Amino acid sequence: MKITRRRKEKLIKNIFFLFAIVSLLILFLIVLFLFREGIPIFKEVTLWDFLFGNEWYPTYQPPSYGIWPLIVGSLIVTFFSSLIAVPIGVMSAVYISEIAPAALKEVLKSVIELLAGLPSVVLGFFGMVVLAPWLQETFDLPTGLNIVNASLILALMAVPTISSISEDALYAVPKEFKEASYALGATKYETIVRVIVPSAFSGIMTSVILGMARAIGETMVVLMVAGGAAAIPESLFDSVRPMPASIAAEMGEAPFRSGHYHALFATGIVLFFMTLIFNLVADYVSHKFREEGSGTL
Amino acid sequence: MEKDSIIETNRVHFYYGKFRALTDISMRFQKHRITALIGPSGCGKSTLLRLLNRMNDLIPEARVEGEVVFEDRDIYGPDVDPVEIRKKIGMVFQKPNPFPKSIFNNITFGPKLSGVAAKADLRNLVEESLRQAVLWDEVKDILDRSAMALSGGQQQRLCIARALAMKPDVLLMDEPTSALDPISTAKIEELVEELKKKYTIIIVTHNMQQAARISDMTGFFYLGRLVEYELTEKIFTNPSVKQTEDYITGRFG
Amino acid sequence: MRRRYFKQSLFFALVTLSAGLLLFSLGGLLVYIFLNGFRAVTWDFLTLPPMDSMTKGGILPAILGTLYLTLGAVAVALPLGIVSAIYLTEYARQGKIVRVIRIGVNCLAGVPSVVFGLFGLGFFVVFLGFGSCILSGALTLGILILPTIIGATEEALKAVPQTFREASLALGVSKWLTIWKVVLPSALPGILTGSILGIGRAAGETAPIMFTAAAFYTAKLPGSIFDEVMALPYHIYVLATAGTFIDQTRPLQYGTVLVLVGLVLGIDLFAIVIRSVVRKKKRW
Repeated sequence: MKITRRRKEKLIKNIFFLFAIVSLLILFLIVLFLFREGIPIFKEVTLWDFLFGNEWYPTYQPPSYGIWPLIVGSLIVTFFSSLIAVPIGVMSAVYISEIAPAALKEVLKSVIELLAGLPSVVLGFFGMVVLAPWLQETFDLPTGLNIVNASLILALMAVPTISSISEDALYAVPKEFKEASYALGATKYETIVRVIVPSAFSGIMTSVILGMARAIGETMVVLMVAGGAAAIPESLFDSVRPMPASIAAEMGEAPFRSGHYHALFATGIVLFFMTLIFNLVADYVSHKFREEGSGTL
Repeated sequence: MEKDSIIETNRVHFYYGKFRALTDISMRFQKHRITALIGPSGCGKSTLLRLLNRMNDLIPEARVEGEVVFEDRDIYGPDVDPVEIRKKIGMVFQKPNPFPKSIFNNITFGPKLSGVAAKADLRNLVEESLRQAVLWDEVKDILDRSAMALSGGQQQRLCIARALAMKPDVLLMDEPTSALDPISTAKIEELVEELKKKYTIIIVTHNMQQAARISDMTGFFYLGRLVEYELTEKIFTNPSVKQTEDYITGRFG
Repeated sequence: MRRRYFKQSLFFALVTLSAGLLLFSLGGLLVYIFLNGFRAVTWDFLTLPPMDSMTKGGILPAILGTLYLTLGAVAVALPLGIVSAIYLTEYARQGKIVRVIRIGVNCLAGVPSVVFGLFGLGFFVVFLGFGSCILSGALTLGILILPTIIGATEEALKAVPQTFREASLALGVSKWLTIWKVVLPSALPGILTGSILGIGRAAGETAPIMFTAAAFYTAKLPGSIFDEVMALPYHIYVLATAGTFIDQTRPLQYGTVLVLVGLVLGIDLFAIVIRSVVRKKKRW
């Protein structure tokens, strides 16, 4: 009886282990199937021409599969959305963690959670029907679907990520640090800027990287409001066609296992590895943070 | 193994990773006696206590050398089930740790999972255990109430009752009164003396008066070694090692 | 000293403004959607299929489709996620394997939703031959929310005091029974909250179902898990971008947006309320 119980325990443990590695397995399968469907494109085009080719005309005869404009589109909207989202996200985190009264704190944290929960298609819709016409009229543009619009909406999506993770990091700063700073005659502002924020710096960095990863991988918003022009933009009011938008828009029309189909999967590979790098860096930074504790002052 | 002893440790070393927390401990714990383990913080007394029912298994990187003999077997032997050991060697912790369940369900938690199913048996077990822990009169009308609503002292007696419900042979107590007020402490000390008739008790304590008051045997630990192990009376009146004397008279620790 | 306090006031004003901006964005969006959408949301709208090339009628098939996809995703992700998290927090020695699994989960959490869509297309639809259907979509959404559920469950398990485990183990209760009888019940509210937030996410996602499950229009309600379905998020996208009557169907679009937002935020709010109630009651 003793032996069977111990066997049972062991069996449970092993079954649970199998469940736990499913995530890894899925990740592996994702890579495998992206490659399976994406690699054949390189029979038609070299890796270099694919990544850095300036022309994305997948349906022309002969087609050209250069995704450089798509990569640039992705990077540009990610950059500008971060420019907006990082200060707002970090500052709101400071407000929530250090300044807000307790009751408001809970409300704001819920607000951020709800913002994060808004479906991206809804935000994209909002960008289309509200922001775009407004931009078009105010700045007298040919279209309101452009980099500015996409960056603003993407920022709205990245802010909750940045804010909530930063808030966690700020909250984790030991009380002793604050007390020490106050005891030395520092004001609250000085304590926040000189002591608390630097102590939470790697946590804040992690939040920024993850926020950017969210922006670069976001699909519906850029599909609906970035305008869709597959060309290198010249101004902030030009349209772009970031990678996710291209995949989502064209996959429906690309004939099964055609060059176009493979090219879209290959674009997915590029997108996947870009976000993977963001996530690995974030993981590294946050892990380092945990090991060093708050000793990064 | 000698006739009147219930647990023996033979040349036990214990490691947390690379750190050696216990060095060469050989001790005999006698049946139906109260043995107190004393010494300054970090001396290894709690480590030894937790080693006796394999609670240290929970700590990653913990490693035991030597043997701990209970019922003629080394409890660290390859086919020993720690679960079986813990059924016979119960434990009460420093901070009262009732489950967020009713008083009744706290007591019946262990027995139920070991196969006691009949309602009447469980009811009797609850009453018996609570009476043994001198808590029955205080809680008999509120058995359905959450254990979290009890005072700290009551919670600790509940935890003792919960351990007794498993009908263990040995009760390990890890500073059971250190989180309690003096009145609750006195009650628990009384209770421990009463329990000695039926159980073997090994208690870790910070409080030397407590050790002197309730225990039959006392072991003094320092820096992971057993410095002196003697009749309590002898240790507190005429210790044979200088370190013990210094500790008892308050010169350090 | 005065300059120091001036700086402080300026800084406080800025951070307060940022937080206010978030409040305003959410509030503004919700009010805007409600004001534009509520007239469209009638009983008929909720219970009728689309009519006249989707320029009239309701969104019943899309509501049902989203419901099926979400339930399917939960059925996939919940058991898988909870068991994974139990392994990671309760069983695994915290070493290399756990670290690798954790990085894997983090990376999975970061995979863009459109890439999940591609994977679903390549694996479920094509390789396993399910075709574009509820099953493929639900599986794709399920693995999308898997990391959320693992994360939430892990956090909830870690919040259970170690003393509970010790107390149970010291009574001679086996590890599995300790987890089942003590740890899981204590962690349940936390697991629920996190999982419900995951469900909300599954209900609102568009990109993963575009190539795996969603149909532009279906004449009939779905009859089996191998049918294509309409779904609320995709319906919004379709009406707002692909129709020839974009302006004419504006009220329908707002109505659908309102229904989706109501559904998703309702789910999220429910989770948030559960959590705050439980936190207030919690004694340890």
